Amino acid sequence: MDRIVYLDNNATTQMASEVAQIMRDNESLYGNASSMHSCGRDAASAIEWAREEVAALIDGDKSCVYFTSGASESNNTIFSTFRDLIDDGSKRNRIITTTIEHPSIIEEVKYLKKKGYKIDEAPVDVYGKVKLDVLKSMLGDDVALVSVMWGNNETGTIQDIKEIGRLAHECGAYFHSDATQAIGKIKVSIRDCNVDYLSLSGHKFYGPKGIGVLYVAKNAPITPFVHGGHQEKGYRAGTYNTLNIIGLGEAAKLAREGLQEEHDKLLALRERLRKGIEERIDHVVINGHPTDFLPGTLNVSFPNAEGESILLYLDMEGIEVSTGSACATGSLEPSYVLLASGLDVELAHGSIRFSLGRYNTVEDVDYTLEKLPSIIEKVRRMSTRKEFK
Amino acid sequence: MSSFMSQWVYTDVVKDHFMNPRNLWNEKEEFNPDGVGEVGSLACGDQMRVGIKVKDDKISDLRWLTYGCASAIASTSMMSELAIGMTLEEAYHLTPDVITKALGGLPEHKFHCSVLGDKALRAAIDDYLEKNGRENPFKAHTAKIICECKGVTDVQIEELVKSDKVKTFEELQSLTGASTACGKCRAQIKETLDELLHIYGK
Repeated sequence: MDRIVYLDNNATTQMASEVAQIMRDNESLYGNASSMHSCGRDAASAIEWAREEVAALIDGDKSCVYFTSGASESNNTIFSTFRDLIDDGSKRNRIITTTIEHPSIIEEVKYLKKKGYKIDEAPVDVYGKVKLDVLKSMLGDDVALVSVMWGNNETGTIQDIKEIGRLAHECGAYFHSDATQAIGKIKVSIRDCNVDYLSLSGHKFYGPKGIGVLYVAKNAPITPFVHGGHQEKGYRAGTYNTLNIIGLGEAAKLAREGLQEEHDKLLALRERLRKGIEERIDHVVINGHPTDFLPGTLNVSFPNAEGESILLYLDMEGIEVSTGSACATGSLEPSYVLLASGLDVELAHGSIRFSLGRYNTVEDVDYTLEKLPSIIEKVRRMSTRKEFK
Repeated sequence: MSSFMSQWVYTDVVKDHFMNPRNLWNEKEEFNPDGVGEVGSLACGDQMRVGIKVKDDKISDLRWLTYGCASAIASTSMMSELAIGMTLEEAYHLTPDVITKALGGLPEHKFHCSVLGDKALRAAIDDYLEKNGRENPFKAHTAKIICECKGVTDVQIEELVKSDKVKTFEELQSLTGASTACGKCRAQIKETLDELLHIYGK
């Protein structure tokens, strides 16, 4: 295969060469950052530099940044914390989240519900936006936590985080947002947005895999998810992953410095791809919000064509995407995110997510536009259904 | 460059059939089938249509269409190659196992994608026999008893699902008595029912 066009940047990103470089440059920092000798202190100082970079990226306070293994752990830590509070007899014993969260919240919620905890999921509209009026009606003085993702990984739809945070605080609840997909693509500001907790993951914005952050505002409760040593003030045990933390710090620095430029570039590529698809292929449905979307995400349904087939035919041409088809999820159900937005089941099976990133070019988009129409035509020709609804 | 290179998701045979599907039903071609069978639904993510031509009780030609994933496309394409030339009886007993083996195997979680092709083929043969006012002599042979206590077979459950008489495990229990005695077959009955509901898009 000659050409690889990677359009799956919401799944993960290629590590930036600057990130790989700084990790190589610091290979010698093998000391345990908790040790008092100079080897340990050097590692600790590198970690504190990274902490500052992360805090600067999200307009937060350095002392509120806790390193974790990634956003899944960060999300789990938050729900585990509130489970503890409820177990300890908190008068507020209800949690509100949404139907479109990442699996690390969706599955956690299922688990906790099975254990008897009271959790309600706010629905979303056809664009994947949380219905604020319904969310509002769910809130009350028994709500301990509201957790709503910043931007959705599948549709790209961005939530009204500031307003949701305000509503959560108005009823006296804490507010958590999983900002994993938003980081590095749009401005994410703790100070502006009434957020008490925030999760992010390094590998979604050109950093290393296996490293992430949980931001915990001062005075917001937190209990350890991983018990053990006294790292991260005792709230997250485990020897510091020094090199990955340094890599994350560099990724945060790059994201902060290049944010506007990157946003504009991704948006231009995404719009070129969207327009091209709409011009070249009949009967397509663009999923997600028409204006409030993450700049690099384009989710398209191709009626009468099945998603996994499209994905694999694209793969044969070196174009790498993802699909909401059941065949790719490993279950019999297609994307729950698309279904939650009220999308027809068949359209969910025929959905393809293109997610553009820093290293994509106009040529990548044009190459995709060159290959895609004949693939859709081929899959549709094979299809049992010929007429369009 | 990394020194790690992956295999493709499927075997080379699957890849070949996926890239070059055999005996596809081209709309422009005048095929005029003697029997047509359709199973699955778009809502379930896979649907299969098979048309057959029959001569001297043999499948003389076959065409198919699918809304489905790579496994479904490849297994139906392989099914079409295997079935052409078979007697109706042989074709009726073509199983997913045989098709999967001919493909060099499928990942385990993809096995259910390969069961529609032969089901659609059987439906096409049923259709052909019915159109010609003939009894179906093959059905009884394919039946497998799942509930030993009450003698309930997979074919019996399939008929009930196809004719919309059964949608839930409880309905199946009250209609057939399946899994109401020793209960040892409960999981298998449920699994069979779920699979059939999925296949017939119920």
